[in-house]
Amino acid sequence: MTDVVLETKGLVKHFKAVQAVDGVDVKLRRGETLGIVGESGCGKSTLAKLLVGLEKPTAGSIMVRGQEMTGLRGGDLRRARRHIQMVMQDPYTSLNPRMTVGDIIGEPYEIHSDVVPRANRARAVQELLEIVGLSPDHINRYPHQFSGGQRQRIGIARALALRPEIIVCDEPVSALDVSIQAQVINLLESLQREFGLSYIFIAHDLSVVRHISNRVAVMYLGRIVETGVDSQIYERPTHPYTQALLSAVPVPDPRLRGHRRQIVLEGDVPSPADPPSGCRFHTRCFMAQPRCAEQDPILAIRERSDHPSACHYAEPRYLMA
Amino acid sequence: MTDIHAELDAIPGTDPYAPLLQVNDLHVEFRTRDGVARAVNGVNLYLRPAETLAILGESGCGKSVTAQAIMGILDTPPAHVTRGEVRYRGVDLLRLPERERRKVRANRIAMIFQDALSALNPVYSVGFQIGELFRVHRGMSRADAKRRSIELLDQVRIPAAKDRIGDYPHQFSGGMRQRVMIAMALALDPEVLIADEPTTALDVTVQAQIMGLLRELQHQRNMGLILITHDMGVVADVADRISVMYAGKVVEEAPVYDIYGRPAHPYTKALLESIPRLDFKGQQLNVIRGLPPALTDVPRGCAFNPRCGYAKEPCRRDPAPPAYNIAPGRTVRCHFWNEVAGV
Repeated sequence: MTDVVLETKGLVKHFKAVQAVDGVDVKLRRGETLGIVGESGCGKSTLAKLLVGLEKPTAGSIMVRGQEMTGLRGGDLRRARRHIQMVMQDPYTSLNPRMTVGDIIGEPYEIHSDVVPRANRARAVQELLEIVGLSPDHINRYPHQFSGGQRQRIGIARALALRPEIIVCDEPVSALDVSIQAQVINLLESLQREFGLSYIFIAHDLSVVRHISNRVAVMYLGRIVETGVDSQIYERPTHPYTQALLSAVPVPDPRLRGHRRQIVLEGDVPSPADPPSGCRFHTRCFMAQPRCAEQDPILAIRERSDHPSACHYAEPRYLMA
Repeated sequence: MTDIHAELDAIPGTDPYAPLLQVNDLHVEFRTRDGVARAVNGVNLYLRPAETLAILGESGCGKSVTAQAIMGILDTPPAHVTRGEVRYRGVDLLRLPERERRKVRANRIAMIFQDALSALNPVYSVGFQIGELFRVHRGMSRADAKRRSIELLDQVRIPAAKDRIGDYPHQFSGGMRQRVMIAMALALDPEVLIADEPTTALDVTVQAQIMGLLRELQHQRNMGLILITHDMGVVADVADRISVMYAGKVVEEAPVYDIYGRPAHPYTKALLESIPRLDFKGQQLNVIRGLPPALTDVPRGCAFNPRCGYAKEPCRRDPAPPAYNIAPGRTVRCHFWNEVAGV
């Protein structure tokens, strides 16, 4: 198990009554990409913040390269954090408009001053710019002089500065146009191969997640409801929520019109401040039985499913007719 | 209620046999400090009753400006319609006095927007805002307007519509707010609905609900729908015809099956190859190199030429490629469409 670079156990984050993350176990292996999908309010962004230490968990453990992160303070926390960095969603608000690109990308070196000696920093920043496909000559420009896609490259360069093993990407391409999305996704993939990076890739776009991920976890109301390798989740989903989610994604092929089974869920996601009893999905589930309102199903492999699913009645349902 | 329709039918130039909506050679420019941005640069479109036309394109291609010009809600200045016509049943709306245009806008052509929270007025209840349409345009009493508003909220399937009529926009979820906006747009039974990215801000399961609702209402009412979007999945699901826009022009126009099956413009083709797919796991995504041009400085010749893999000498020269008519109902602005479509 030495190849596990990140592991959480029973991770919980409550904001007063709001159960944003409520018992999440994830494992990330070296060089792999774990995709996390879910809709607004499912807790995926809170999970990202917990992983990089921007939020403190209410309970549970986060191990990075075998070291427990929760409870670390000061210099110890700072040193541990350098192995896990983050790329944010919005390339417009996540870069300080009054700092030059060089200062933005080089800022991690101010905090972690032992990584690159001061004299070599400008050179290091220029190398980073080159790695993400920007011109090293642009080191003195400001964020507003770049397009959205280029800004996201700057954010990626900043995340790479401390040579981390793990990068948490929180919706890194959802603010970009489709033609620019592909450029950034390809960049993330080639960086992964080159530097052996491990990614947690959080997104609401299931097609993008399928493209980039080796394994996928589906979240609903603060919990993981199903997890598996990409073909298990996308071709043999066993949780009714995953099935509904996948069936709702429009496929760019008009020939499939009318040939796909669409499961349209009724109503909205319940409030995470007052989640339903038993299975949290039972109020909207098309498979729900009386038992589901009482017994909370654990995330486990069951008789008719080959991968973990938090449903008493987990079994594959096929979406293409 | 018949008066208003009789009045609208009597507008000079009205021709019941003319196309429902037809846009000819539309030009819109924004006069800014940095120069003149040609946001819409010769757009042609038409829409038939009960049909769904998708206008597909990325940020800044001019799709929303086209819609706003059709609706007559462009901010002038900085936007100026400099050429072209927008004909509704034969009548050129761009040359209609504002008083009459306003009637057409409310009764015949309606629009919904991406962001329902900013499209609705936060200080009035949704019941008041929907009822206002009936009071102002139909002269209904408050009680009648309220009764009709509840019916409409029922039709867009807002649960317990009767109890929610007094609620304010912020008290609804994103999907429910979108339903309220759809109810408002459909209040006066328009023949044309323009939907500008109606589901872009919504989660995918809510998107499915809203698109299903729109489709159902469209069929019930025989309404023409112009769907403006960047989402090629949504388009494949609902559109009859597609107009792909790039840098202010429609670069390809075709029935939906042709666009996906055999795109004839390099931009359309590249877009389709650059999206990750849910139904299979592809290899590396194809990339469109570079960036869309600034609209103040559009490249000479074909605006796509600096990013195009097919570009040759003629593409870099003015005039820009004309709209080649390559099959019934299909036009493409590319000199080398033969090569692109593999004909």
